[in-house]
Amino acid sequence: MTAPLTGRRPLPMTTMTRTLRRAALIGSLLLGASPALAEVVLNRGNAGEPQTLDQAHTSINIEEFILKDLYEGLTIYDAKGEIVPGAAESWTVSDDGTVYTFKLRDNGKWSDGSPVTAEDFVFSLMRIEDPKTAAGYANILYPIKNAEKVNKSGAPLDQLGVKAIDSKTLEITLERATPYFLELLAHQTALPISKASFEKNGADFVKPGIMVSNGGFKLTEHVANDHLTLTRNENHWDAANIKLDKVVIYPLEDQAAAVRRYEAGELQVNYNFSADQIERLKKQFGDEVHISPALATYYYVFDTRTAPMDDVRVRRALSMGIDRDFLATEIYSGSQQPAYGFVPPGLPDYGAPSLADFATKSQLDREDEALALLKEAGFGEGGKPLEIEIRYNTNPNHERVATAVADMWKTAFNAKVTLVNLDVSSHYAYLQEGGKFSVARAGWTADYGDPENFLAMNTTSNKTFNYAKWSNADYDALMAKSNDEKDPAARAKLLHEAEALLMKEQPVAPLLYQNELWLVSKKVKGWVDNANNQHLSRFLSIGE
Amino acid sequence: MLSFVLRRLASAVPTLFIVVTISFFLMRFAPGGPFNLERPLSPQTMANINKAYGLDLPLWQQYLRYLGNVVRGDFGPSYIYRDNTVDQLIGMGLPYSIELGLWALGLALVGGVAAGTFAALRQNSLLDVGLMTLSTVGVTVPNFVIGPVLTLIFAVTLSWLPAGGWGDGSLRFLILPMIALALPQLAVFARLTRGAMIEALHTDHIRTARAYGLPTRTVVVTHAMRAAMLPVVSYLAPCAAALLTGSAVIETLFTIPGVGRFFVLGAINRDYTLVMGTVVLIAVFVIVFNLVVDILYGLLDPRVRHE
Repeated sequence: MTAPLTGRRPLPMTTMTRTLRRAALIGSLLLGASPALAEVVLNRGNAGEPQTLDQAHTSINIEEFILKDLYEGLTIYDAKGEIVPGAAESWTVSDDGTVYTFKLRDNGKWSDGSPVTAEDFVFSLMRIEDPKTAAGYANILYPIKNAEKVNKSGAPLDQLGVKAIDSKTLEITLERATPYFLELLAHQTALPISKASFEKNGADFVKPGIMVSNGGFKLTEHVANDHLTLTRNENHWDAANIKLDKVVIYPLEDQAAAVRRYEAGELQVNYNFSADQIERLKKQFGDEVHISPALATYYYVFDTRTAPMDDVRVRRALSMGIDRDFLATEIYSGSQQPAYGFVPPGLPDYGAPSLADFATKSQLDREDEALALLKEAGFGEGGKPLEIEIRYNTNPNHERVATAVADMWKTAFNAKVTLVNLDVSSHYAYLQEGGKFSVARAGWTADYGDPENFLAMNTTSNKTFNYAKWSNADYDALMAKSNDEKDPAARAKLLHEAEALLMKEQPVAPLLYQNELWLVSKKVKGWVDNANNQHLSRFLSIGE
Repeated sequence: MLSFVLRRLASAVPTLFIVVTISFFLMRFAPGGPFNLERPLSPQTMANINKAYGLDLPLWQQYLRYLGNVVRGDFGPSYIYRDNTVDQLIGMGLPYSIELGLWALGLALVGGVAAGTFAALRQNSLLDVGLMTLSTVGVTVPNFVIGPVLTLIFAVTLSWLPAGGWGDGSLRFLILPMIALALPQLAVFARLTRGAMIEALHTDHIRTARAYGLPTRTVVVTHAMRAAMLPVVSYLAPCAAALLTGSAVIETLFTIPGVGRFFVLGAINRDYTLVMGTVVLIAVFVIVFNLVVDILYGLLDPRVRHE
């Protein structure tokens, strides 16, 4: 590698010049020469390099997009983002809602042609809960009987509530009725792995050429930080209806670079771009720009352990003092929506979220009410000074939001606001380890399409996620009751009551509902925006 | 000469030891860990993970374990890219970084030396002023500006070249990142060469050579160039180490699968082992290239002799 540097005289430089000149000539011959493609290829820009392709370690959606193209869970999301049968053809649920019996597809096969068996699912679920696997998301499957016990205390794996009745019949027993269990099974952590392949290859089972998968595609190439090539899985039970021969996924960390590659026609689909590009891209690409509501909430947390944030009047006043419309339109260029509830809209069984009572008021009225509340609490003119510190993780958008909120509180309440930012690891480590703060930024994207996934973060028993350390017995009771309620309508009512209470107390001040930003070429057919943000390549095709 | 090389290599060992030690503890004293994410892990999961990676041991034990592994060439598993070890990640990324880096280094060196020489030979002419203005621009305009501008012109508007990616590794994929990577260094080389060349052209031995009636070409290429190369060569070491170990900015802008990004991503994500691996890699490159430069010095400058 030191070849051009070791010479005695300038001679090697001239050789280098010659090589360069020759190379440049060859290069210019190659310009514009793109190979004729007979096969149908979809080039998908993905917002970053997957950290893992192992279902036991995955945690982020850029991995989810890839994994769900490769593997198929018992249930899957269809093109519209609705739960439909996947590897399981059908299922029955016991009357008390605790035993699910899945019938696997007879023609369900792995990419190596071997059948997908109930034993594979048993093995995969046990592997995730095995403490030795150290799976980061093991807790999402805790509704399965004894999963928590196995994962936490190392109880024998065979106590886990999963059983292969025969090679195509799988029985899963739950701790208690879990209304959103079919959604959980569509999560990327519940994707199966081939037991035979894992036993043969160990941790290498994720590598291209070795990986055996049961989804619409198989992994044929993976150059980290460059691309992943997925090729149609001819052994998939629905292979005849898969229109794409190949999906090439590009990990494009830099959003501006991703947009340039889309503009250059190198991508037909791209996930995520900078919000300040929306107007320009809309002008250029029209309805190729997709802004689709996501199940994600951007919120501020108040530390309810300490004064003055232990006072509900102060929390409500501060929350009312935030002009959410400004944040959504000015800072996020309309790529996000103002939020007044904690659960985002878009969940069919839950309907519109229960909003804070001030949602319907004008910003001026809110500020008047807030001033009155603060006065009552002893702040404001002639009262105690209001000192606030906003903590957020370093990110240009979070910084703009924090600066704007600080300004709103300064102007409306004459508060003294300071900002503290840390990189993402430090920020969340601080909150998770129970560090004291006054106001902190947080965000949550749904793991599964159920309001419980948001509301359960605020229960007293939730030590990790309840950053506010808010404790309300009524709220805890409502959440517990909702878990035992089998009737979906009655359950939704209980959850709405819980959310209404949460919004009245404001330990968390929701600011924005997030949108997912996609660029989807007109040539791509079968694309449907959906709140679950599910877009399996299997359902896409390329037309003219 | 051989003993000089051996001595230098031996002195690299304590240097590397200090680099490893300082970076190990610096990383550990940064708040947070590799598993503090926006989606928090439950304490039990965290405990499972810490146990699996030995992060539950006292720090000094972790340090000794790490040191022992490094001596054996094992940089451990990556905490963030969990399907790979750090050795595998660096093994995968380094060839791309080196290939792109070599092209860029070649371009910077050849282009810079040529531009600097021409400018020096026509000192204060329009060409000189033009070239030096360009090189000032090259030094001052950061590559995160040059990169996107090049892409916008040649990929988006003209569609001559790909906007990014390694593709099949053919030159058309490399041209834009290579230029973006090389330009700032090319500018430095040009300025260094010009300065040194002007100085060399005014020395006694050049004047003597001219007085002998040697053709300008011989005077410049054979005699002046040798002296003028000294500052260029001393800049070569840090420049080569930087270019060959990848640039996080260029790799991100052009989606090059090299190692440069691992350093930045690793630091942000507290991927302790990945950061340490790339730090050691960079340190090794710096040491090796410094050695190469010292050897070149001995060859170029008769006053420097390595005993």
